[in-house]
Amino acid sequence: MNVAPPLLAVEGLTKSYGGIHAVRGVSFSLRAGEILALIGPNGAGKSTCFDMLNGQNIPDSGHVRLFGEEITGRKPREVWRLGVGRTFQITATFATMTVRENVQVALISHGKQLFNLFGSAPKFDRGEAGRLLELVGMGGYADRPCGELAYGDLKRLELAVALANQPKLLLMDEPTAGMAPRERVDLMRLTASIAREKSIGVLFTEHDMDVVFEHADRIIVLNRGTLIAEGTPAEVRGNPQVQAVYLGEGLVYDARHREGASA
Amino acid sequence: MAFYVVQFLTGLASAASLFLVASGLSIIFGVTRIVNFAHGAFYMIGAYIAFSLTERLSGAFGFWGGILLAALAVAVIGVIVEMVLLRRIYHAPELFQLLATFGLTLMVEDLVVLIWGPDDLVGRRAPGFRGAIDFFGQNVPTYDLFLIVLGPVVLGILWLLFQRTRWGVLVRAATQDRDMVAALGVNQKWLFTSVFAVGVFLAALGGALQIPRDAVHHAMDLRIIVEVFVVVVIGGLGSIVGAFVAAVLVSELNAFGILIFPKISIILVFLVMAVVLIVRPWGLFGKPEAAARKTPGLTVNPWRPLTSNERLMALAALVVAATLPLFAGNYLLTVGSEIAIFVIFAVSLHFLMSVGGLASFGHAAYFGLGAYGIAFLAKMAGLPMIVCLLLGPLLGCMGAAVFGFFAVQLSGVYFAMLTLAFAQIVWSIAFQWVEVTGGDNGILGLWPSSWAASPSHFYWLALGVAALVTVALRAMVFSPFGYALRATRDSLLRSEAIGIDAKRIQWTAFVIAGTTAGIGGALFAYLKGSVFPDNLGISLSVDALVMVLLGGVETVSGAVIGAIVYKALNIWLVSQTDLSKLVLGGFIVLIVVVFPKGIVGMLEMLAQRRRKASPPGSPLLAKPIESAE
Repeated sequence: MNVAPPLLAVEGLTKSYGGIHAVRGVSFSLRAGEILALIGPNGAGKSTCFDMLNGQNIPDSGHVRLFGEEITGRKPREVWRLGVGRTFQITATFATMTVRENVQVALISHGKQLFNLFGSAPKFDRGEAGRLLELVGMGGYADRPCGELAYGDLKRLELAVALANQPKLLLMDEPTAGMAPRERVDLMRLTASIAREKSIGVLFTEHDMDVVFEHADRIIVLNRGTLIAEGTPAEVRGNPQVQAVYLGEGLVYDARHREGASA
Repeated sequence: MAFYVVQFLTGLASAASLFLVASGLSIIFGVTRIVNFAHGAFYMIGAYIAFSLTERLSGAFGFWGGILLAALAVAVIGVIVEMVLLRRIYHAPELFQLLATFGLTLMVEDLVVLIWGPDDLVGRRAPGFRGAIDFFGQNVPTYDLFLIVLGPVVLGILWLLFQRTRWGVLVRAATQDRDMVAALGVNQKWLFTSVFAVGVFLAALGGALQIPRDAVHHAMDLRIIVEVFVVVVIGGLGSIVGAFVAAVLVSELNAFGILIFPKISIILVFLVMAVVLIVRPWGLFGKPEAAARKTPGLTVNPWRPLTSNERLMALAALVVAATLPLFAGNYLLTVGSEIAIFVIFAVSLHFLMSVGGLASFGHAAYFGLGAYGIAFLAKMAGLPMIVCLLLGPLLGCMGAAVFGFFAVQLSGVYFAMLTLAFAQIVWSIAFQWVEVTGGDNGILGLWPSSWAASPSHFYWLALGVAALVTVALRAMVFSPFGYALRATRDSLLRSEAIGIDAKRIQWTAFVIAGTTAGIGGALFAYLKGSVFPDNLGISLSVDALVMVLLGGVETVSGAVIGAIVYKALNIWLVSQTDLSKLVLGGFIVLIVVVFPKGIVGMLEMLAQRRRKASPPGSPLLAKPIESAE
């Protein structure tokens, strides 16, 4: 057993809205360089859970620790400074700026130059911005207005922006939603290779099971706010409880129903 | 005691008219997202037409029919305005519609004088409500009682309209999410037109019903529009019940404020509005505004610093401007100085509005504070001009630091309204604190030192400062801070997620803009040799907005061009014609319709088209979708 605290440790995370328990006592942890998928049907509490990790949402109770340091309830911008990058389910980028400028803003923030009134921003860390864009395969798009990009490219830009502060942890909320199948595979392969190379922990939510089973080292399954399973893709795939959640209870798992479920 | 009851009733009666106008504005904003500045103008036309009709039509039927006919007639005018003008600009940049409706207001102000003359018109009493009833020795006009009953009745009718009719359901749906309503197959064009017609009808009815109480005059539009903005914001945009409650609240504050706090009666309403906005940013009955859906594909040309050629051109233009004293007379030089000063003012608002996405409706406050700063330093402390010019703008800086802190907690229309409220508070202090500010008489005798006294020297000073300020703010647009500011404007969510403290960035921008405006105000005080409360009044704030929008809010250099064109045209028209507002308003409306991206935006588009004509552009770049918001 390793003594060093894990990259991310979540303990008893709970949040309710009125009488609805969106997330109940969720605990899990994430090691550096590990790719962890958080899956579950619609309304399982994935996004709520996700938002509480970087301060977008504040839990009723429970703890989120980064390298053993308590970060529960911190503001998103403070969590970012601790080395947590994030992408959004619906991309959030700076639409009136170019692709490169989008990355440069993140670099400016990382370099704590936000209140520099008279420096030259177009020249700021231009090389590093270029490298990050190359890394996600957007090098040729640097001078494009961000608002003109196709959705898949926006997702890749978000990844470049999220990598700008050399994060230890990447949070990706449905990184491949709205992408073509081919793009999905590419993006996740890219993410996985970056994560392994730089030893970044990645937590992502995803609806596409092909993406999940192919790229995740480990999977945790959420249903109605509680964690129902945790393990390697093979373990989770064979877990009867997970099958019940995804396919409905009392069904015999056969080809006929499989067709019905994946439709 | 009876006196207070009567005062209370008077307040309630005033509330009726205010409620009608405010509910109209609220409905229009809710559905079309247009801040209809012309709403006061429709109110005024309603009153004028009702006056004419009730003078001609006799009897009770004639009077009430005339009131109703007047409101209907104005509603028809509203429909024409919506179809001919507004429909063309729903997709223009935000607030551009404000510019268009402002242009309309200017035109209407001259038109009513042209048609009905400049004198106050006293309408006839309402048949059946001529007398007054005795209330413990106090007279209560029966017409007031009629209005007190009318308010809730109209509220009830509107409530039924919105809850019980198909049209009402659509309006409520569109208020929540108009894109979704459009996606459901509702004809948005006619929904918008009908909503606009109803809103204008209510405004005109409010105006028409005022004639038995108040004289009709050609400045009543501006007086009501500010009050109506306040009511709508306190009540919550889009809420009819909110408009009613706020109308009563504001009217009662006016009625009792004058008795209890005569000194601060004018600002009382604005103080209440500021407090409401700080405590409940979306108004008493409003809901937090859902973020506008940004359609992917909507782009503005990304900003870039000037190329060396363009720098040379700008420098050449500056040199040419600097030669003006060689051939121009004193009058022209004074005009030139004034234009240079307004360039400073416009550029400062542009920084806040275009770069930071924070449209201030009260930017004149900081301009005026800079001017008053000069007056205090020069007249009371007797400091020399150069020291005054350096220290005077600090008053604008401090004002911006205090008010800006609260204002940046809000966004969008609520931000605009809070800045408006702050500006009105400052204006009222300047107006009412006679011992210090001289009140309406202002502070006179501020003359520049001898080195800047001659018109040519002062012109060079103003031109030099304007050039310096423009270059400095432009540099800031392309500084790391400028990028951060643009980032907060484009996506708060993303900026927060990459470690940017948006409020602090915006606050800093507010202070920079306020200080810069203060520099303009300081020079203005020396140019005019005096300061007046008008230097921080609403019309000056609106001037600044118009200059920025006219130049093109999505461009970096729009403010400079907008200021020069607007100010030069304004000064020239005033000297040439009695109908300067009509011509200027017409010009603004024309610009809005023909060049919805402003003057500089239009030039950029032409340049781009020419550039694109030569090499066949990539298909991706060829057609940015412009049909979104």
